[in-house]
Amino acid sequence: MKGDSSRFVSHTEDVPSTLPDGEPVPTDGSLPPSAFDGTRDLGLYLHVPFCTSRCGYCDFNTYTADELGPGASRATYLDTALTELLLAKSVLGDAARPISMLFVGGGTPTLLPPADFARFLDVVRAEFGIIEGAELSIESNPESVDAMGLEQLRAAGFNRISFGMQSANTTVLKALDRKHSPGRVQHAVEEAKDAGFEHVNVDLIYGAPGETDEQWQQSLDAALEVEPDHISAYALIVEDGTALGAQVARGDVVVANDDVMAHRYVMADETFSAAGMQWYEVSNWAKPGGQCLHNLGYWTSQDWWGIGPGAHSHIGGVRWWNVKHPATYAKALDAGVSPAAAREILTPEQQVDEAVLLGLRLASGLAVDSLSSSGQERVKEAVAEGLLDPQDFDAGRAVLTLRGRLLADRLAVELLTN
Amino acid sequence: MSASPAPKPSATPPELLRNFCIIAHIDHGKSTLADRMLQLTGVVDARHMRAQYLDRMDIERERGITIKSQAVRLPWAPKDGPNADVTHILNLIDTPGHVDFTYEVSRSLAACEGAILLVDAAQGIEAQTLANLYLAMENDLHIIPVLNKIDLPAAQPEKYAAELARLVGCEPEDVLRVSGKTGEGVTELLDLVVNTMPAPKGDPDAPARALIFDSVYDTYRGVVTYVRVIDGHLSKRDKILMLSTHATHEMLEVGVIAPEPVSSDGLGVGEVGYLITGVKDVRQSRVGDTVTTLNKPATVALGGYKDPMPMVFSGLYPLDGSDYPDLRDALDKLQLNDAALVYEPETSVALGFGFRCGFLGLLHLEIVRERLEREAGLALISTAPNVVYRVVMDDGKEITVTNPSEFPSGKITEVNEPVVRATILSPSEFVGTIMELCQNRRGQLLGMDYLSEDRVELRYQLPLAEIVFDFFDALKSRTRGYASLDYEPTGEQVADLVKVDILLQGEAVDAFSAVVHKDKAYAYGLKMASRLKELIPRQQFEVPIQAAIGARVIARENIRAIRKDVLSKCYGGDITRKRKLLEKQKEGKKRMKMVGRVEVPQEAFIAALSSEADPTKETQKK
Repeated sequence: MKGDSSRFVSHTEDVPSTLPDGEPVPTDGSLPPSAFDGTRDLGLYLHVPFCTSRCGYCDFNTYTADELGPGASRATYLDTALTELLLAKSVLGDAARPISMLFVGGGTPTLLPPADFARFLDVVRAEFGIIEGAELSIESNPESVDAMGLEQLRAAGFNRISFGMQSANTTVLKALDRKHSPGRVQHAVEEAKDAGFEHVNVDLIYGAPGETDEQWQQSLDAALEVEPDHISAYALIVEDGTALGAQVARGDVVVANDDVMAHRYVMADETFSAAGMQWYEVSNWAKPGGQCLHNLGYWTSQDWWGIGPGAHSHIGGVRWWNVKHPATYAKALDAGVSPAAAREILTPEQQVDEAVLLGLRLASGLAVDSLSSSGQERVKEAVAEGLLDPQDFDAGRAVLTLRGRLLADRLAVELLTN
Repeated sequence: MSASPAPKPSATPPELLRNFCIIAHIDHGKSTLADRMLQLTGVVDARHMRAQYLDRMDIERERGITIKSQAVRLPWAPKDGPNADVTHILNLIDTPGHVDFTYEVSRSLAACEGAILLVDAAQGIEAQTLANLYLAMENDLHIIPVLNKIDLPAAQPEKYAAELARLVGCEPEDVLRVSGKTGEGVTELLDLVVNTMPAPKGDPDAPARALIFDSVYDTYRGVVTYVRVIDGHLSKRDKILMLSTHATHEMLEVGVIAPEPVSSDGLGVGEVGYLITGVKDVRQSRVGDTVTTLNKPATVALGGYKDPMPMVFSGLYPLDGSDYPDLRDALDKLQLNDAALVYEPETSVALGFGFRCGFLGLLHLEIVRERLEREAGLALISTAPNVVYRVVMDDGKEITVTNPSEFPSGKITEVNEPVVRATILSPSEFVGTIMELCQNRRGQLLGMDYLSEDRVELRYQLPLAEIVFDFFDALKSRTRGYASLDYEPTGEQVADLVKVDILLQGEAVDAFSAVVHKDKAYAYGLKMASRLKELIPRQQFEVPIQAAIGARVIARENIRAIRKDVLSKCYGGDITRKRKLLEKQKEGKKRMKMVGRVEVPQEAFIAALSSEADPTKETQKK
């Protein structure tokens, strides 16, 4: 699949290729009454499952033309997605309300014409409404979008754009199967700003095979140079079933170990902090006002409806996920039934688990008194161990230190184990 | 002329009795030969016949070995000769075939006047058979040497007949050749038993004395005690008295096994049968004890009684701590039928609540473990088996150590360890490699004899501790499976032994303490430390692993602190997956064992304790 073009695939907003197990979903997609309790922001996520080529490390739910069967063409995809949007409205019923955030991810969204997204936003506006100041975000390909395309997206209403830069180093980009040239991102960001986008994100990946600390530092500096107001930086994860996974299994390439990853993370945090960008989630840094509201919605368990094959949704303690293949997805909607593959209705304990798991990753942290007594004991120890911030603790919050952020998953388990 | 009617139990003249056993190695066909005898004597017809009829437990059938002996009463009238057409009673007393049960074997032999020495005509005699043969000869038993499996293409009857003849002291042509499988020669063998084996002798008017050679717990009947009457008569109306424990019991039933239990009025001189008294625990009916009657008691016990002596110890722990009460119940139940099994509760930092158990030997350990797992459905961890050490302190105090972690740390004058006399039979080409192995295990050569041109018997004194782990495996692999081993405890010796502790962050992990010879302490410590380094996950802090003798550290490894334990990506589609992982980790954390501040997964303990991974095991030479 290392083909013709060097299409850009962003990996910040995605769906994992393997779906979890869950209980069946009613064919009409209806939700239990409990899902309508409480007040939360409502968001929409639109998944675009197309790419022109697949990157070696990617295990996301995306398809090149060759991998797709009939009934799932790019030309008809948006209409199918709109069918699900209308299903969402009917399922939500009275709870359908103006949305606070929207995110278009992939795949490679910009493989679809900007007019498609304009049409999508029009329907959202008409059926749900969009609140004043809502965040409307799209992932974009610096290689394929030009100034005009960006202007069209901006004109349609998008106010935030995300670029998958990954690295500023040609060798590293090659190791990641990324085909854009490092300089192209800079132009694309400039064009986006010229088009009037208020918020710009760039994504970085560290720990690719062969990457050095120096190369990583170059990438960090290059990312800051384009002056985004948001940066996401991820450690490369080697997933089974990817080309990279196979290479690692064969011993052809070696990815950075956890100690190296930890060091790169510290480099990132130091570099971004010095440039006035503060962490607000383990892998995300922003200038003041630049935080991604859509992602915060994930981490604070707001409501969102995920549209598209393999997309996940959460409405009031019910999580569900759609069937994975675009053709199966289209077929379900065509037949007038919910494309959901399975769902789970979270128990109170699971909701607590999620609140701790997700909240701990945020700079706003957790309320200490929301934890069990043994969890609170563990918080005290973790403060002493340097994993949690002592000042925040005095203010009743459990907030990770830099060292603590690198051990967040471990600490979450400890806080939840009696 | 037809045969005389079979004498009835309780009224069988001693001169018509023949009490005998079969001495044979595992797989040499004892059970199959016994099956043929049951058929030829007519006590089991073809319709009711099943293979290995006399072996009762599943484990016995599966492993092809006999754990518990049993006696069966067979009527047999030779067709010709001096006893032609006179129906005799043959009591076939089955014997356990393994080294761990030497004492049970000795009591079975004591109940017999004769023995069939049964040897596979394709394999020749094995070490355990030889040891039991010597035991039988010491007991003055009449030996009938027999080669079995003569129907096998690989049989070498000439060669092995010569070997047996030399051992027994007869002519090669006197060695009978049979096939338990086809039945060939079995009639002749039964005739030989009647015609050559001596009849039992005893005083019918003396106070009753009967030897207990086995006792078995039966769920429905309680303990079934197998006895051989030496003097006097046991009647079903008697109250009986056990001479070693002075316990008295009502007699509920007396009978013989033919081969199903048949009750009788009693048992007379020389007869073999069973007693049921309603006791629930085999400890009240001990093998080797003497049974007499309460109203006319004998005063002198039959010789040879010994309390069973556990030789090998191991900690047994439930994998799931909540199974501890089940393990206790299962051990209690098993003990009803196993007088040699001893256990007491113990607590391990690493493994939680469990039992320190004493066994006759390794096979006994394996059988008990397997029965606990199979019959009680328990998943168990067993610590590395160890022997009993007698430690003499400078102040003269003596300490018996059955758990290495309890090895004393004060001033020690001497440490005594049990030693065994080991007999190894092997093709002579392996003598060099066997000697090397034994030297490696601190063995002392006691002697060496050629059984035939190419078969040799090696006798060694070896520390039992060097045998309990993997000696037999090492021996088998070095001799391509040809060598056989037997050993018997012969006492103890003073040895230069030390306790090696394994410490995590300065804290000793009891389950890993081992008593080893000084020369092997370093190797043990080094390998244990590096194994644990692989097995224990990284913690938030650095964890030193040390091997130490007392305060002296002999090996050290470090588990470096973990720096990163976070998945960087966490978006809408990741949350369910992540939460499920967290739920799993919460469960996993409950199974973590804390050693000080160090979290050790139970799997790490199991892997480190598993015998396949024995760090003292030397690399096998080809």
